[in-house]
Amino acid sequence: MLTDILITTLINASVYAMLATGFSLIFGVARIINLAHTAFYMLAGYFIFSFTTVLGLGLLPAMLLSIALVVVIAVLSYRILIDPMREHEAAVLIITVALAMVFQELMLVFYGGHFRSVPQLVSGYVTVLGVRVSSQYVVTIGALVAILAAVWLVLMKTRLGLAIRATAQDREIANVMGMDVSLISTVTMAIASAQAAAAGALVAPLFILEPRMWLYPLTIVLAIVVLGGIGSLKGSIIASAIIALSETLVTFLLPSGAFLKGAFSLGVMIVVLLIRPEGLFGVSFEGER
Amino acid sequence: MTRKRWAALILVVTLLLTTFSVTGCGKAAAPKVIKIAVAGPMQFIQGQHHWLGAQMAAEEINKAGGVTVGNKKYNIELVQVDTNELLSVDDAASAVEKAITVNKVNAIIGTIRSEASMAIQEVAMDNKTIMMVCGASLPQMAEKVGKDYNRYKYWFRVTPVNATYLVKASMLLLNHVGGVFRKELGIQKPKVAAIIEKAVAGDPLAAAAAKLIPTFGMEFVGVWRPSPTATDLTAELTAIRKAGAQIIYTYFSATAGVPYAKQWGELQIPAASVGINVEAQAKGFMQATGNKGNYEYTLNTYAPVQITPKTLPFYEEFTKRAGQFPTYNAGTYDAIYIYKEAIERAKSLDPEAVVPELEKTNYLSAAGKIVFNKNHDVTWGPGYVTALGTQWQDGKLVAVWPNGWEGITYPGTVDYKLPPWVVSQWKKK
Repeated sequence: MLTDILITTLINASVYAMLATGFSLIFGVARIINLAHTAFYMLAGYFIFSFTTVLGLGLLPAMLLSIALVVVIAVLSYRILIDPMREHEAAVLIITVALAMVFQELMLVFYGGHFRSVPQLVSGYVTVLGVRVSSQYVVTIGALVAILAAVWLVLMKTRLGLAIRATAQDREIANVMGMDVSLISTVTMAIASAQAAAAGALVAPLFILEPRMWLYPLTIVLAIVVLGGIGSLKGSIIASAIIALSETLVTFLLPSGAFLKGAFSLGVMIVVLLIRPEGLFGVSFEGER
Repeated sequence: MTRKRWAALILVVTLLLTTFSVTGCGKAAAPKVIKIAVAGPMQFIQGQHHWLGAQMAAEEINKAGGVTVGNKKYNIELVQVDTNELLSVDDAASAVEKAITVNKVNAIIGTIRSEASMAIQEVAMDNKTIMMVCGASLPQMAEKVGKDYNRYKYWFRVTPVNATYLVKASMLLLNHVGGVFRKELGIQKPKVAAIIEKAVAGDPLAAAAAKLIPTFGMEFVGVWRPSPTATDLTAELTAIRKAGAQIIYTYFSATAGVPYAKQWGELQIPAASVGINVEAQAKGFMQATGNKGNYEYTLNTYAPVQITPKTLPFYEEFTKRAGQFPTYNAGTYDAIYIYKEAIERAKSLDPEAVVPELEKTNYLSAAGKIVFNKNHDVTWGPGYVTALGTQWQDGKLVAVWPNGWEGITYPGTVDYKLPPWVVSQWKKK
C-alpha cells in the first residue's frame, strides 16, 4: 500500500505544484493575490476544447494557441483592471475574484453546464511499481519538471530574471534604480498565467471541463501557497507534496471519509500555520514590512 | 374640407385605431390557457431535458386541440423557470415563487436537486399549487404527504422512482453482474467495493450497500465516499484496485460520475462498474469521458427499448429534437399528459378538484405504467415503472436489464457485457 500512496501523492503533487508556483510567482513580484489564477487554467481548457472540436485544429497547435490567448487575456486584465488598483490590496482581491466569476459565467453562457472533455496527448496507462498511472499523468509530471526548470532558468540566468527577483525583493528600490517595475510585473503576470494555462492544457484532459472547475483548485492552491510561504516557489512545491500526501492518506486509510480530503488538507495547513505563521519557507509578515 | 372637418376626421380615425388596438377587434379571440411552470436548472442538461420533454407534450396536446375543461378548450402555455438549483438552492425557491405569484401558473413540474426540490415543495404547498417532480428522488418529500395530507396533497412524483426503490433496483443490477461473474468467470463470491458520492441521497445507499451486499453471496471490501464535485478519483480507484475489488457498485448523481468513468476506463481498473451514474445516461457521456466510459452500467429511465408502445416514439422524437438521449428529467413529457387527463376528468382547474383525479392516475407512460401510491409517489415494481439498466457497448447506449427479472424482458434488450480487461484479469484466476 505504501507504494500506491507514494505514487498517487506524486501524481497529485505535480498537478498542484504546476498551479501553485505560478500563483506564488505573481505574488512574489507584484504582491498581487490573483484569485483569478485558476480561472486562467479553466479558460485554457475551454479554448483547447473549442480549437480542437469546433475549428478542428490538432491538439498541440490548439494547446499553444490557447496558452497564447490566455496570456493575452491575463495581461490585458492585469493592465486594465488590476494594475491601476494594485496599491489597494482588498480591491485587487475583489477584482480578481469578480474576474474569475465573469469568466465562469461566460463559459456557462457559451458552453452551458454540459461536461466537456479535452482530448489527451497520450492515452492508456503505464504500470509503475505495480501501480497503474495514466500516461497523461506521466506527461504532466515531465512537463512540470521542464516548465519549472525553464522558469528557474529565466529567473536565475537572465537579465529579466534578475530584474524580476530584484522587484520581488524590494519594489521601491528597484524603481529607484531605474527599473520599469510596471513592465516587469506585466511580464511576470504573463509568465504566471502561461503556467496556469499550461497546467490547464496538461491537466484538463485528465479531468472534465465545467464552468466551476476553477473553484476547488483555487482553494487547494491558496492552502499550498500559504503553507509553503507566500511568494516562495520552493515552498509551493514542497507544500504541494504535503497537501497531496494528506489527501492520499485520507483516501487510502479512511475510505468512507474520502470526501473529507480537502478539509483534512486545509486542517494540516492550519496546524502548520499555528506553529509557523509565515509558512514553511516564507518570511515573517512583520519582518517583511 | 375645412380645417375643422380635417381635425374631426383625424380625431375619429385616431379613436377608431385606439379602439381596435385595445380590443383586438378583427382578430379571433385568444384561446384560454393553462399555465405550467417548467422548473429546472436551464443552463444544465437536467433543466434542458425538463424543458424539452414539456415542450414536446405541450405542442402535441395543443396541436390535437388542447385540453377540454368542461365544455371549454384550453391551450397549454409553458413558463420556463430557471431555478439555478445546481448552484444555489435559494435561487430555486424564489424563482418558483415568482412563477406562482407573478406568472400565476396553475402547476409546477420539474426540479432535480433534492435540497432545492424540498424548498420548492414548501413554496408550492404554501400557495396550494400542484407540483409534479421529475428529478428529485428523496423519499422524505413523499412522506410529508402521508404525515400532513391537507398541506402536502398537491405534491406528486413522476420520475424517478424514489431513493428507496433506487436502492432496490440498483442492487438488482449489482446482482445481475454478480450472476455474470459466476457464470462466465466461475467466481462464486465476487468482491465488491462501493463508491458513493457524499450527498444526502447517497447516505441510504451507503448503509444499504454494507448491509445487503454480503447477503447476495458477495464479499464487501469497503465503501469510498468522494465529494459529489470531485474532479480526480484516481486515488479512490487505486485504493479500490488495491482492495482487490472485482465489481464496483456506484452512486454518482453529479459531476464526479464523469471523471470516475473516464479514469476507470483509462486505468482499466479490473472491476466491473455498475450502479447509478446519472451522467452515463446522457448522450454526451462518451465524449465527456474521452470514449473511456465504455461498459459503464447504470440504472436509467429511458432507452431504445419498448417498455410500452409510447417509449420508442418518445425516445426517437426527443433524441431527434434535442440531439441527446432523454434522461429521467424528460419525464415532464408524461407529467403534462397526466396533469391534462386529471384536469379533463375533474372538469376543473381547481387544485382541490384536480388532486383527487391525479390520485386516480393509471397512465401508460413512456417509462411504464404510472400509478401513484398513497404518498403520491410513483409506484415501482413489475407491472409498473421498473426502471432500466443501461450499458455503454461499443459507444452505444443499450438496455441490458430487466432481462428475465420477474419474467420481464422489454423488446430490444441485449445481454450485459463484462469489460474485456476485467475478463482478462479474472478469467485465469
